[in-house]
Amino acid sequence: MGAKVITVTSGKGGVGKTTTTANLGVALARMNLKVVLMDADIGLRNLDIVLGLENRIVYDLVDVVEGRCKARQAMIKHKQFPELYVIPAAQTRDKTAVSPADMIDVCNQLRPDFDYIIIDSPAGIERGFRNAVAPADEVLVVTNPEVSAVRDADRVVGLLEAENKGPGRLIINRIKPEMVKKGEMLSADDVFDILRIKIIGIVPEDENVVPASNSGIPVTLNEGSRAGVAFRNIARRVHGEDVPFMQLEEAPNFLQRLSKLFGGGQN
Amino acid sequence: MCMSSTSVNVKGVNDGLLIIISPTEEWQAITTELANHLDKQVSVFAGAKVTLDTGERPVPKYELSSLKALLERRGLSLLVVQSASKTTIESAESLDIRTHATAPVAPTNTSENAVMGDEEVAIDPEESGTTGVMIRRTLRSGRTIHSRGHVVVYGDVNPGAKIIATGDIFVWGKLRGVVHAGAEGDTNAIICALDMNPSQLRIAELITTSPSGKRGDIRPEVALVRNQQIVVETWD
Repeated sequence: MGAKVITVTSGKGGVGKTTTTANLGVALARMNLKVVLMDADIGLRNLDIVLGLENRIVYDLVDVVEGRCKARQAMIKHKQFPELYVIPAAQTRDKTAVSPADMIDVCNQLRPDFDYIIIDSPAGIERGFRNAVAPADEVLVVTNPEVSAVRDADRVVGLLEAENKGPGRLIINRIKPEMVKKGEMLSADDVFDILRIKIIGIVPEDENVVPASNSGIPVTLNEGSRAGVAFRNIARRVHGEDVPFMQLEEAPNFLQRLSKLFGGGQN
Repeated sequence: MCMSSTSVNVKGVNDGLLIIISPTEEWQAITTELANHLDKQVSVFAGAKVTLDTGERPVPKYELSSLKALLERRGLSLLVVQSASKTTIESAESLDIRTHATAPVAPTNTSENAVMGDEEVAIDPEESGTTGVMIRRTLRSGRTIHSRGHVVVYGDVNPGAKIIATGDIFVWGKLRGVVHAGAEGDTNAIICALDMNPSQLRIAELITTSPSGKRGDIRPEVALVRNQQIVVETWD
């Protein structure tokens, strides 16, 4: 039946698309699934760095599209997970080097051999976004609990609906439960109230994330990290498991009340 | 904008013009007078949609088509022809103009098979020529709706979305975007929402924003113009 193509997008930049893509890829690979990650941010390549694979790049996505190599040749195998690959973006070109039809074509070449193809979308709603979304079977919209990020996510969801790519599912990244409690930050409920799309994950702010990205070892490999647990849960939900929201994820609505009911509950 | 004489009567209605012509006056006199009148106020009427009421008068196709051309040269479009005359209705139909029979059109002969089988029974609109658009979805950031007439949204209007209507705006949901009712200067236009918390409200030339700070109980509210100011009141 072939791979499911999942695009990670957001509208606004810097909300954690690349971090989400890398962690989701690693978490799925840990579940013994075959995964290719594709960096669609041509000209501003990042995904390879977060995964610690920058020095292994020979070919990139533009080389594949322009026929200088086969898709297989551009795939970089992850050091720890032999079934996890990355197709990096070109660093020298721009978004117009690839068309939406090219992206569909490359994904169709890869589909038979994998379980998941995860595409890291660039910020914005222009060509790069349309390239990233074109082959998607499902879209994950990443946002932060900030009014501006939510506004952009809302715009993106509207565009996805117009393109018949469904409303997508939502990841709320970098939430700080203490600030939410004090009323200084939007809660997951507040974000849901505007966007009204299904939440697939709530990732708490975690100081382990930045050093993990810098060192090329995604945070989900850090067993003690709260964000890492949240990303592993997202991967399981992507794969169809029904994973309850943990208390530290600050789940919306009834789960929150439920855990209060049981006197705080366990993680 | 209102003008009347024995031969032609021009009225501004919600989203355009209603032109009523005399059933008996000579056709030439009617068109001359109408042309003169429209030319005096061409900037006011430009772009308007016209409903033509011919009453009992049988208007042949060539007369109707010349009247249509007369309107179009002045930037008006003839949208609907209302008539009690079967001849006029047929003329309009052959020119692809929407028709509305104002009274039962008498069959030309009284044979039993002369039933009006292929003529739809027109629903009598309370206000003729009033148009509206119904949107059954949430308007997300970046969406803009323009309408000559009323707008009804069954869903939310999110921040960053915008509605501009010449008539009223009803939001059966949360209103958080920018809305402009009575966009062509109608201060009688109103804006209703189940949860009224817009980033900006405009009615005709007036603008207001929602008060910042804590909100009280959420209940349906209506915004309207009173003493040259937009006021928001509980909707009951």
